[in-house]
Amino acid sequence: MTARTLYDKLWDSHVVDVAPDGTALIYIDRHLVHEVTSPQAFEGLKIAGRKPWRVASVLATPDHNVPTTGRDQGIADPVSRLQVATLDANCREFGLTEFRMDDARQGIVHVIGPEQGFTQPGMTLVCGDSHTSTHGAFAALAFGIGTSEVEHVLATQCLWQKKSRSMLVKVEGELGRGVTAKDIVLALIGRIGTAGGTGYAIEFGGSAIRALSMEGRMTICNMAIEAGARAGMVAVDEHTVDYLHGRPYAPRGALWDQAVAYWRSLRSDEGARFDTVVELPAAGIRPQVTWGTSPEMVVPVDGRVPDPAEAPDAVKRGDWERALQYMGLKPHTPVSEIPVDKVFIGSCTNSRIEDLREAAAVAKGRRVAAGVKLALVVPGSGLVKHQAEAEGLDKIFKEAGFEWREPGCSMCLAMNDDRLEPGERCASTSNRNFEGRQGQGGRTHLVSPAMAAAAAVFGHFVDVRDVQ
Amino acid sequence: MKPFVRHEGLVAPLDRANVDTDAIIPKQFLKSIKRTGFGPNAFDEWRYLDRGEPGQDCSRRPLNPDFVLNQARYRGASILLARENFGCGSSREHAPWALEDYGFRALIAPSYADIFYNNCFKNGILPIVLPAPVVDQLFRETEASPGYALTVDLEAQTVATPNGEAFAFEVDAERRHRLLHGLDDIGITLTHVDKIRAYEARRRQETPWLFL
Ligand code: SF4
Repeated sequence: MTARTLYDKLWDSHVVDVAPDGTALIYIDRHLVHEVTSPQAFEGLKIAGRKPWRVASVLATPDHNVPTTGRDQGIADPVSRLQVATLDANCREFGLTEFRMDDARQGIVHVIGPEQGFTQPGMTLVCGDSHTSTHGAFAALAFGIGTSEVEHVLATQCLWQKKSRSMLVKVEGELGRGVTAKDIVLALIGRIGTAGGTGYAIEFGGSAIRALSMEGRMTICNMAIEAGARAGMVAVDEHTVDYLHGRPYAPRGALWDQAVAYWRSLRSDEGARFDTVVELPAAGIRPQVTWGTSPEMVVPVDGRVPDPAEAPDAVKRGDWERALQYMGLKPHTPVSEIPVDKVFIGSCTNSRIEDLREAAAVAKGRRVAAGVKLALVVPGSGLVKHQAEAEGLDKIFKEAGFEWREPGCSMCLAMNDDRLEPGERCASTSNRNFEGRQGQGGRTHLVSPAMAAAAAVFGHFVDVRDVQ
Repeated sequence: MKPFVRHEGLVAPLDRANVDTDAIIPKQFLKSIKRTGFGPNAFDEWRYLDRGEPGQDCSRRPLNPDFVLNQARYRGASILLARENFGCGSSREHAPWALEDYGFRALIAPSYADIFYNNCFKNGILPIVLPAPVVDQLFRETEASPGYALTVDLEAQTVATPNGEAFAFEVDAERRHRLLHGLDDIGITLTHVDKIRAYEARRRQETPWLFL
């Protein structure tokens, strides 16, 4: 038999039928649902008189609109409140499992799926959310879909898909001290661009990836979409199996053994061919900071804001000029001289326990700088929050002057009250620095959790390697 | 879904790369539980000078005179000319809903983000890929000649310019078929019910833990 990639294996095992032009009908094992991209899908089902195909495949939670303070008061914004209430009503009507806003297990969909063991190797998993790529860290084929497809999966348990090309991103070697999974993926996007992965499913491999925890792998797969790839994935190893053991939705007993035996086959075969291979040596990666309005506009923390005059082509030059203007930055400014107004530690990229530990290690015994108006820590789920509190991380943050909040997407996209005001500059552990993403006119710099914490205590970007 | 066969329309040029779905429809409008009415808020942060909130009467808001779609000559445009990686970012289908509601039926760009590209077809919008030099040429011609219109023919898979030049484009046969006839995906898939059930039965045997 020919050598197959992990992606080939995941794909082949889910094909139900193939149309003459090669478009395949693939079966979907798991479906995560949140309040923003589902109401119109449920409405469509109702209009057509259809029911969900397999109720047990769905897990729902509100995350985008939920407030991060005063939860017992409910949601103040009536439009947000209606959207969350609509999710509650739809889940009740169709008998779907939902972790509601007041459930201890509520959180960002991409945090709770893995945390519950709902996400498992060998699965296809979708969600009406582009960062569904996160779940590929478990050797699952996981990707974001639009609302029409949410309805389609609810109604049929399947999707029509064209197979992507395959890309291997190989990160060999050891990461330097203070360099994290976030820096790997930002450096990758800086290298291949936000469209570099378009049309590809990316497998991340190499010794630096194998050395990462599941949290780190999730951070990397999470941002595969920012490189243009719909899906990112990592092969199964001991980290994967250990992480899943004993989780609420993980199989038990004989089924666990049977599952683990299968999971261990979920890796690219020796000699499997990829359409593209990108090598990114781990040793050369430094802590990264984005300077512009696209994740590819990124430089190492000891670098400078680039000069549009040095852009590779005219379209890029225009983009850089516009980005610098929006960001209120001058070419050649050292990154370490950029001050911040707000700091956000959270989002499906970096709100897991390991992320909070890394940030707390920097915050410990220090104070948020006087010029910083707000430093927010928003855990990814109620269970992450609980764990962090058990470890005393909340105390460290609060003593340092950070605010410790309830779980949700929060200032990653500012659909709730957590947002930037026009012109405010933020060090953020989220994944998108688009114009207006964190609030109209807001300026976002993407960094790792440790770098965000360091920016909070110094009031400007600093090389976390000098601080730790 | 509205079928798309042939469309002639005024072209508007949006000359920047990596236009993301946050720009096409900002997040505050995603709180709607409806599928319609997003057009007045398409490109909201670029289009208006004030801060957009759901439920405003957009006809009274101050327009940004520098934003290209606000120029009188592009009013009524139904074909959007764009640059590479158009529609990147979030999976929000509100982006094609907003473009469609605004009045766009076809898009032309050198490349699109995957999810957005896919979402367009579900909403009767044809996202056409043409080589970058051709897109460059169309930008030049659009900007040089007010009233510049193109004719998009999905059956023939061509884009024709006013002076008769025609560019061929590729589109998956299956997507083309569904768009030409305005077919509903779910309806088509449900004609495969037996195959889906057979697949499920086999997988229940092979990987029973997936069906817990
Ligand atoms: S945390 Fe941000 S990126 Fe992640 S799902 Fe929420 S809004 Fe999307």
